[in-house]
Amino acid sequence: MNSAHPPFDPGIYGPEAVLMKGITGENWRLKDYEARGGYAALKKILAEKMAPDAVIAELKRSALRGRGGAGFPTGLKWSFMPRQAPGAKYMVCNSDEGEPGTFKDRDILRYNPHQVIEGMAIGVYATGSTAGYNYIHGEIWDIYERFEEALAEARAAGYIGRNVLGSDFSWELYAHHGWGAYICGEETALLESIEGKKGQPRFRPPFPAGYGLYGRPTTINNTETFAAVPWIMLNGGQAYLELGRPNNGGTKIFSVSGHVERPGNYEVRLGTPFAKLLEMAGGMRGGRRIKAVIPGGSSAPVVPGQVMMQTDLDYDAIAKAGSMLGSGAVIVMDETVCMVRALERLSYFYFEESCGQCTPCREGTGWMYRVVHRIESGRGRQEDLDLLANVAENIMGRTICALGDAAALPVRSFVKHFRDEFQYHIDHKHCLVGAHAAVVGNKAAV
Amino acid sequence: MLSGESLKKIDTEVAKYPADQKQSAVMAALALAQEEKGHLSTEVMDFVAGYLGMAPVAVYEVASFYTMYDLAPVGGHKLCVCTNLPCALSGAVEAAEHLKKKLGIDWNETTPDGRFTLKQGECFGACGDAPVVLVNNKKMASFMTPEAIDKMLAELQK
Repeated sequence: MNSAHPPFDPGIYGPEAVLMKGITGENWRLKDYEARGGYAALKKILAEKMAPDAVIAELKRSALRGRGGAGFPTGLKWSFMPRQAPGAKYMVCNSDEGEPGTFKDRDILRYNPHQVIEGMAIGVYATGSTAGYNYIHGEIWDIYERFEEALAEARAAGYIGRNVLGSDFSWELYAHHGWGAYICGEETALLESIEGKKGQPRFRPPFPAGYGLYGRPTTINNTETFAAVPWIMLNGGQAYLELGRPNNGGTKIFSVSGHVERPGNYEVRLGTPFAKLLEMAGGMRGGRRIKAVIPGGSSAPVVPGQVMMQTDLDYDAIAKAGSMLGSGAVIVMDETVCMVRALERLSYFYFEESCGQCTPCREGTGWMYRVVHRIESGRGRQEDLDLLANVAENIMGRTICALGDAAALPVRSFVKHFRDEFQYHIDHKHCLVGAHAAVVGNKAAV
Repeated sequence: MLSGESLKKIDTEVAKYPADQKQSAVMAALALAQEEKGHLSTEVMDFVAGYLGMAPVAVYEVASFYTMYDLAPVGGHKLCVCTNLPCALSGAVEAAEHLKKKLGIDWNETTPDGRFTLKQGECFGACGDAPVVLVNNKKMASFMTPEAIDKMLAELQK
């Protein structure tokens, strides 16, 4: 295809890169990965016959938290697996990356697939699992094919299969592709999907560690989480922790999209100021003024630009700013964005992607979209702002999975921080940003 | 119903799962069937159900749940444009308008010559490459400015 893809820029991951250190865009194959020290962590663990508990203890020390969005401590999650339970147990990698703004797992799998395989091998070893699946977003077919190629290389080299590298450790790993459903990024919907069903989330408890894939104990982690494991096992949990901040260990890949000069993935240490990340991304496009940032994927509450400019990028600092680090998807908006229109587009997304299982989400997402749509198109009523707050509140906490909350949080935060724009739409039947185009520039087509 | 080549590929998928979990291969099997047949007719879905030992309704549920399955015929080239917020901030709305104008169709329509179908997509996980157009489910076209779209259409029309 004639994509106008710019040449790969190895500097894009930044000088602090750990996960993506040494990546050139071409060196994704097994021999390249081995040449930059790949599979050394797995070899070390197997050679030393390291106790699974010791692997988990090292992870706990690293303060590695789930990179998919929830930020759950990885070591703790792995410790939930009933290692001694007989029979099949599974380790699942969640590469169903569809949270608007997030595109880091695609790059990890494209440029460094063996790091994910090695991380999964260590995970299977530490949790006493028997096999793994990597669930890859349906829309990135070439990435799925590349992962299959990487799997074939790893099998041929003896990293996957029976008696890995002559040890008594055996496991299997397979790739499974999605086919267009945001909800399958939710871990229990993802399990349903691997089982060949509609991707509708399961009620918990039971949790996957007790009853997961095919009813067997299962651990699910994000792609980036697995990718961080080999470095931690080689360099120690303490060293990883020290890359970041207490309770926020390590580096993180931030996907920067929207109104910046150089959208893309940037790997920085947790705790890095947002202002520095923005600078790495080339600053605001066209030198315009920053208006708002969604710091953790579309489900995270929006933060006013000036607040974000004072915020550091770690789980706790972003929480303090009223949002969440989520998947590390930083959506940057400048002054030309109508926040009513931006919210309308996001609300449509959640309405479209609600799996329909829970009434508050199925009905509420459509309701919120219709109300925001009517405000945006100049038919809003004064009572609509209270109505939005009410519907959002009645979705939150009343659904099986987090999609309901994910739909409600943007609504609440957009109205909270940019209430004047919603009010202007209701009062004047048109847009505040459009009316001030002479000052802020032409309204962005969103 | 399906070619030997497709069946072989489906068998490869089935082998990824435990012997008593053939149903796990249904997503891949339907994608392969769609690629061969253009869309998923009831007959094709029934065949997949029989092949994997599933109830037909269980296959219909999957086919109607995931958006990349086409239950009705589509044009020779299905173009799917992500217009979600991050992409929109980088020109996806302009890209979509340009495509609509060039093809003379709206969302979910097919050109009279049957060559192109236009669909609005949700996040492909490629926001850094916006605007992005997914061509026939498997080919991601990145940085699709109006000029890049013109070039792509000319290539696809050959």
